[in-house]
Amino acid sequence: MDSFLSTYLWPALIMIGQSLLLLVLLLIGIAFILLADRKIWAAVQMRRGPNVVGPFGLLQSFADLLKFVLKEPIIPASADKVVFLLAPLISVTLALATWAVIPVADGWVIANINIGILYIFAISSLEVYGVIMGGWASNSKYAFLGSLRSAAQMVSYEVSIGLVIVTVLLTVGSLNLSDIVFAQQTGLGTMLGLPNSFLDWNWLALFPMFIVFFISALAETNRPPFDLPEAESELVAGFMVEYGSTPYMMFMLGEYAAIVLMCALTTTLFLGGWLPIIDVAVLNWIPGVIWFLIKVCLCFFMFAMVKAFVPRYRYDQLMRLGWKVFLPLSLAMVVIVAFVVKLTGWVG
Amino acid sequence: MAEVLSSYIPIVIFIAICLVIGLALMVAPFALAFKAPDAEKLSAYECGFNAFDDARMKFDIRFYLVAILFIIFDLEVAFLFPWAASFGDIGWFGFWSMMVFLGVLTIGFIYEWKKEHSNGSEPGQNSGRTGAERRDRPDNEQTCRR
Repeated sequence: MDSFLSTYLWPALIMIGQSLLLLVLLLIGIAFILLADRKIWAAVQMRRGPNVVGPFGLLQSFADLLKFVLKEPIIPASADKVVFLLAPLISVTLALATWAVIPVADGWVIANINIGILYIFAISSLEVYGVIMGGWASNSKYAFLGSLRSAAQMVSYEVSIGLVIVTVLLTVGSLNLSDIVFAQQTGLGTMLGLPNSFLDWNWLALFPMFIVFFISALAETNRPPFDLPEAESELVAGFMVEYGSTPYMMFMLGEYAAIVLMCALTTTLFLGGWLPIIDVAVLNWIPGVIWFLIKVCLCFFMFAMVKAFVPRYRYDQLMRLGWKVFLPLSLAMVVIVAFVVKLTGWVG
Repeated sequence: MAEVLSSYIPIVIFIAICLVIGLALMVAPFALAFKAPDAEKLSAYECGFNAFDDARMKFDIRFYLVAILFIIFDLEVAFLFPWAASFGDIGWFGFWSMMVFLGVLTIGFIYEWKKEHSNGSEPGQNSGRTGAERRDRPDNEQTCRR
């Protein structure tokens, strides 16, 4: 009995505790990220944004949650009811599930599996099912067209994201996300004889890929300027048009969880994860998780500013950018990076 | 083997907890919220007139083509992952064999690109052209039914 407790029960309880802690912090983080998104957008347009609920509107997202829960849930009479309700569930579960392998600090990861990046790639490929199922099950023309466009867009940019990840893997030689961060301790900066600093991170060595990844991440998560699926003036709200109450909120939650995940992935792949800006004692005293959060917030700030600044793409321009610019570019970069790595023998 | 599998247990637990959170959010309004459905409220969304016809209609085949292209390239990326991870160990032979594969793939991609140009369409390009123009195209049988 004792051995059962110590070998199975305690580890399981610890795992559950860790998972709950991460998820609760993540959900609270998303609540504030959502508020930040609205605030930044408002500030760019010289508005105030939400400022009524709580000091500076800080509690706005929680008030929204309460309102969503108390709204009447509507399932259209012509809808395929099971699939209709399954779609938001899939979308939110998958978006949250990817977080299991993100290392927020040295060793702070729920599951330190050796194929972490492949896991993320697989799960984020599945996310398109939430969109397709939601649009199809609604049995509404707007939702159907919206989901088709949305799915085509998501899969188009998935490909270039995959190729960008391959270039990073070439310089690291491991699929483990923690290894990818560790590999960025040395890099271009140390080659030039500088101390370990932000110049070592992949964003500089793989600069074109960093840009391609960032733009593809915008398209992959249906963020403006690529928010064609929602395109208020054309498809009302795309595949979500028939949804209300918490099913709608779950789509939005899934979307924002995916956005924050993309920020975290940018941080891990290109901005050195939890590593401090410069490897000096004062900065090393700051815990890694703080650095990670700072970098994620910085990425999200860029996401939010792009939303505020850039006009929306037309659909054919969007597809042309994905298939005819990013795909050849990232394919060529895979070859170039492989060749350079092979010639110089530079790994990590 | 057991060790490899045991590193996935946290993921299973994590996904289960995500599912529970999702289900709780989903069920909450059905338990808490005030409900007063009527026929208008439950009909499909439409603007200006009553919804008619089934929404499971014909759609443009180019969406289907995009999906096929995606499968080709996504598989290829999945194929590149282990190659990239073991890149330090496989030498020049491993390098060149993948280059040959990528070369073949690129030829296919160029063919696809040229083919699209001769057809006057691009993957998923469908909003640049108006409905009337599309109807005039001789090949408008190129749509597929769900």
